[in-house]
Amino acid sequence: MARNRVLSAVALTAGVAMLAACGGGGSDTAAEGSDSGDNTITWWHNSNSDPGKGVYEQVAKDFEAENPGVTIEISALAHEDMLTRLDAAFQTGDTPDVYMERGGGELAAHVEAGLTKDITEDSAEAIEKIGGSVAGWQVDDKTYALPFSVGVVGFWYNTELFTQAGITEAPTTMDELYAAIEKLKAAGIQPISVGAGDKWPAAHYWYYFAQRECSEDAMSAATTDGDLSDECFVRAGEDLEELIAAEPFNEGFLATPAQTGPTSASGLLATEQVAMELAGHWEPGVMQGLTEDKQGLGEKTGWFPFPAVEGGEGDPESAMGGGDAWAVSAEAPDAATDFANYLLSDEVQTTFAENSMGLPTNPAATGSVADPALADLLTYRDEEASSVQLYLDTYFGENVGGAMNDAIALMFAGEASPQDIVDATQTALDNE
Amino acid sequence: MADDLTARSTSTGAVAATPRDARAADLAPARSAAGAVGGQRRRRRSVSSNARKRLEIAFFVAPALALFVLFVVVPVVQAVRYSTYKWNGLGPMDDFVGLDNYTQALRDTVFTDAVMHNLIIIVLSIIIQLPLGLAIALLLNREIWGRTALRVIIFVPYVLAEVVAGVVWLMLLQPNGVIDAMFDAVGLGGLTQLWLGDPDVALGTVMVVLTWKYLGLAIILFLAGLQGVSADLYEAAQLDGASWWQVQRRITIPLLGPTIRTWGFLSIIGALQLFDMVWILTGGGPANSTMTMATYLINQGTNRSLYGYASAVAVILFVISLIIAALYQYLVLRRDNPQAPKPRKAKA
Repeated sequence: MARNRVLSAVALTAGVAMLAACGGGGSDTAAEGSDSGDNTITWWHNSNSDPGKGVYEQVAKDFEAENPGVTIEISALAHEDMLTRLDAAFQTGDTPDVYMERGGGELAAHVEAGLTKDITEDSAEAIEKIGGSVAGWQVDDKTYALPFSVGVVGFWYNTELFTQAGITEAPTTMDELYAAIEKLKAAGIQPISVGAGDKWPAAHYWYYFAQRECSEDAMSAATTDGDLSDECFVRAGEDLEELIAAEPFNEGFLATPAQTGPTSASGLLATEQVAMELAGHWEPGVMQGLTEDKQGLGEKTGWFPFPAVEGGEGDPESAMGGGDAWAVSAEAPDAATDFANYLLSDEVQTTFAENSMGLPTNPAATGSVADPALADLLTYRDEEASSVQLYLDTYFGENVGGAMNDAIALMFAGEASPQDIVDATQTALDNE
Repeated sequence: MADDLTARSTSTGAVAATPRDARAADLAPARSAAGAVGGQRRRRRSVSSNARKRLEIAFFVAPALALFVLFVVVPVVQAVRYSTYKWNGLGPMDDFVGLDNYTQALRDTVFTDAVMHNLIIIVLSIIIQLPLGLAIALLLNREIWGRTALRVIIFVPYVLAEVVAGVVWLMLLQPNGVIDAMFDAVGLGGLTQLWLGDPDVALGTVMVVLTWKYLGLAIILFLAGLQGVSADLYEAAQLDGASWWQVQRRITIPLLGPTIRTWGFLSIIGALQLFDMVWILTGGGPANSTMTMATYLINQGTNRSLYGYASAVAVILFVISLIIAALYQYLVLRRDNPQAPKPRKAKA
């Protein structure tokens, strides 16, 4: 029976090795910085398909031409791939010179570990131009990254299905939203899709309710002092509970992913299975990718901001959103900061807008956004919204944000109370 | 398995006859009892050949040992070290928290539920796959039409990459998807569920997919074991007037014992480490109802950057696996191992 014994020994060893591999990872050696020469800049971005990829190649060439001796090494990565590689890069300290930061707690962690360069002075001109949006990328009044695209979250809807259900105007209050939900249901249309399987799309509802319910003081107590003791955060949960109780969401929403495949939340909206979805500025692009004709909802695409909540102490005009910013790593050559500034220049941001690669932050590019849906959203962001609050999970960082999103997703499954969400988030904040 | 039977009886005899040999065999468990005897004889004869033998062993074992230390021992030790710190993977590891991470993990109901899910999967895998696998293996061992084709078909799920199989099942199990349509077509439309979306149903769905995926392994192993059962035994049983059922119960299954026990071990280890299929089908959701220890580990470590805490979870997972593996080895596999300290004579 030696054979069996060997087999089980192999199995045991393999098992142990697998587990060990899961537990390992990371290194505590300090950052050595980029090993490339002084005038070579490594640049990671996530525009890995045209037109974005080509635009950025040209941008790099232009910068090289203006700054003789500087070479830019571009890595155009798929978004998820880029995030994974960035995580690994931060842990080893071998970060690219110019890379993307989402701001908030994630950035704060990088700053604390000394990985990101303070560009407050070197980029003063660009910061001035961008204006208020840069706040999400500041830590202790110092700026660490330049946001190049900031979007807002709102309801994307199918105008045809709304008309079919007899809804003439987009809802502006929660009562009107509930009325719209009833009308859609009566017309046999599933009102809203939500990718609760990925948790964050579900969590966006709670963030928005918190933003509507909480006064500015209560909100800043939460974001700056990590104090969620204000009653308004419980009320946000109660609002969400009420919405879930109205059963507006697509069938099986607990397992629905956000954006992958035709049965994802975006896919359901794109294929006209549901009437609306709460999502960010990426939605038209995602829907185009999910439909065969690459049109998404096309002409039927509509958008309205998150409705006002009656009796809420928050600003009903404030928007929630987030975006991407160019950050420079601590050990990068000076030319890297110049390049980040160049990426925010009128010229590059205008090209960025013309190719509908996002919602530019440089006002000079505002008029150039080609995609009508994005152009409307940009008008809303700059002219109608009173302020843009960064997504709470990004703001709190991966750990607290993750705990909060888990608790909110549990509420969607009917397994967490409004108080549970506050408690889970507060506990995670206290443990930071 | 007739050769196995004889092998066992001779080596059991050796153990019974000379306890000293048994001790020698304990010292060098990788060698057979016969080899140990030879070694002893040589040791008495010459010291230099003994040293040479040690050198030989060192030479052949060193590369494997070095790899084992580098990729198994060191990471395990590192994980233990990380687990005593609060660390987000960035910068220096300087916030020593002792055993806090462990107490936090054991207090987290999501984690303890995940451990329960793993145990449920271990038990269900054996309860479902053992009888089913055995029945199909016995069936496929008979001369039936299309036997080879059937064997291939049954083994195909196991050969498919886990991720590919997972994605296919994910698509089939969508609300109003193919599976629901099949239920409708046979008039069972009322039984359709939110297969992956309902916290009460999801673990059951995962279990069905796992059974589909891993039944093939059980069957192929059992079939291999069946090849070793000597035809003479069947013939003798038939001469004695045993029915087909009696032959299976009294001869085939007992002789399959060692194969079944090894399969059980593989199945338990697989269930403890279960990750890919769950990650793709549900990601541990909905509402953590399919969370396993491994998905919990990834959630906390990679997604939340709690590397210290996730290491503590990894160490707990390691200890649980080790205890279960050791217990299984001691309680179940020992009877297949003639050199164990206390062989159960009654079963031999």
